[in-house]
Amino acid sequence: MEVRKGLLYSKDHEWVQEVSESVVRVGISAYAQDQLGDIVYIELPEIDAEVAKGESFTVVESVKAASDVFSPVSGKIVAVNEKLEDSPELINESPYDEGWIIEVKSDELELSDLMTAEEYARYIEEV
Amino acid sequence: MAAKTPLYEHHVNLGAKMTEYAGFLMPLQYTSIVAEHQIVRSDVGLFDLTHMGEIFVTGTQAEQFLNYVTTNNVAKLTPGAIQYSFLTTETGGVIDDILIYRVPEGFYLVVNAANKEKDYQWLLSHAPEGATVTDLSPLTALLAVQGPNALPVTEKAVEAKFAEIPYYHFVDLPYRGERIRVSRTGYTGEDGFEIYMPLHIAPLLWEQLLAVGKPYGIQPIGLGARDTLRLEMRMPLYGNELTENDTPLHAGLGRFVDFDKGDFIGREALIEQKSAGVDRKLVGFVLKEKGIPRHGYNIIREGEIIGRVTSGTMSPITQKGIGLGYVDSVHAKIGSIIEIEIRRQMMPAEIIKGRFVTNK
Repeated sequence: MEVRKGLLYSKDHEWVQEVSESVVRVGISAYAQDQLGDIVYIELPEIDAEVAKGESFTVVESVKAASDVFSPVSGKIVAVNEKLEDSPELINESPYDEGWIIEVKSDELELSDLMTAEEYARYIEEV
Repeated sequence: MAAKTPLYEHHVNLGAKMTEYAGFLMPLQYTSIVAEHQIVRSDVGLFDLTHMGEIFVTGTQAEQFLNYVTTNNVAKLTPGAIQYSFLTTETGGVIDDILIYRVPEGFYLVVNAANKEKDYQWLLSHAPEGATVTDLSPLTALLAVQGPNALPVTEKAVEAKFAEIPYYHFVDLPYRGERIRVSRTGYTGEDGFEIYMPLHIAPLLWEQLLAVGKPYGIQPIGLGARDTLRLEMRMPLYGNELTENDTPLHAGLGRFVDFDKGDFIGREALIEQKSAGVDRKLVGFVLKEKGIPRHGYNIIREGEIIGRVTSGTMSPITQKGIGLGYVDSVHAKIGSIIEIEIRRQMMPAEIIKGRFVTNK
């Protein structure tokens, strides 16, 4: 499973990409989408909603089950990938690009506890 | 430690994601549940179902005994035919839903993987003198070939003709020096066969089916798609739609209960339930908006909980949320609008009649 270099990762298998100093893009890792299987539905959150680090901000549903997606950062949602509404399978097909889920803005982004790609690659080998 | 079927290495080499089910390591999916589901509907799929249980009942009292512990009428079973039936408790609760084959030497019962030990003990404890019960599960492998192309693929692999075998009938025949049992049954709603054989034959037949099936589009199919395939066809799953708290009448399966055959375990309770009417019924429903019902979700009407979802998924064929669930009988009318509580949201759904997809 690809672990995209240059991204940061949470223990809950979300990735974080720094878009600017105060905005990050968030999605789920290739490993996570593979574990879930075919994603057939996502309950997209609303723009302007507050998200809290470690708390669920959306639910992705595979054929088998519904799974929470936990926010790797705290802040306010400033963008939502509307394409997922009709094509949730983009999360399977392109987890790091077309399948991104939200963008979060915060003046005090806390990223220091997230893993680097190398650390995350080791982490998923152990689980 | 989970058991492995004789095909474990084959599954791993095919890239299957394995899962533990009923004490066995079984393939959950090889590629994707949705893709595998569609292959079975459009072409043909191959399943390893060796985790299922097979129990042999023989002896002079075998027929009377089985008629006493099951709900359907075993006496009506002609040689070569198969019957769907239930083992029930004194209160009419379903211990298991099973298939009964009338074989030359007696009866061959096919039972659910998760229930085989329970069923075997139940049968042993009720068997009279003159009826012998043997668990053949540890010696038996089961493969299923399911889909519109199942007939030519099975015929070519086994080198025999099966077109004349009606649905719910079987034949025994030699294959590679052993006897195998080929049965026109399945759990997908498609045409197809289930093939029982000694364990060591399974890898040979598996490889043969995949080889001759290639031009017919055959793919191996995991348990994930097995579940969505059966649900689309509204077939009950033990543990979801059927438990010891549910009777065949609750589940709308009263046609497999023969009250006229004489006494059987659960008869009195079921007669009483039939005359009083069931308090809840199994219904099938389709969500009217995007969303997926799941096992355990509440079913609501006018703010009141009227039942619970027993199985749900997104139909890979219709792309709609579909499900089965028990609701209070007064709310079970076809065409009624109910609500499914999905993460505190009320999603409207319509109770429908019959299967969720129609096959050709």
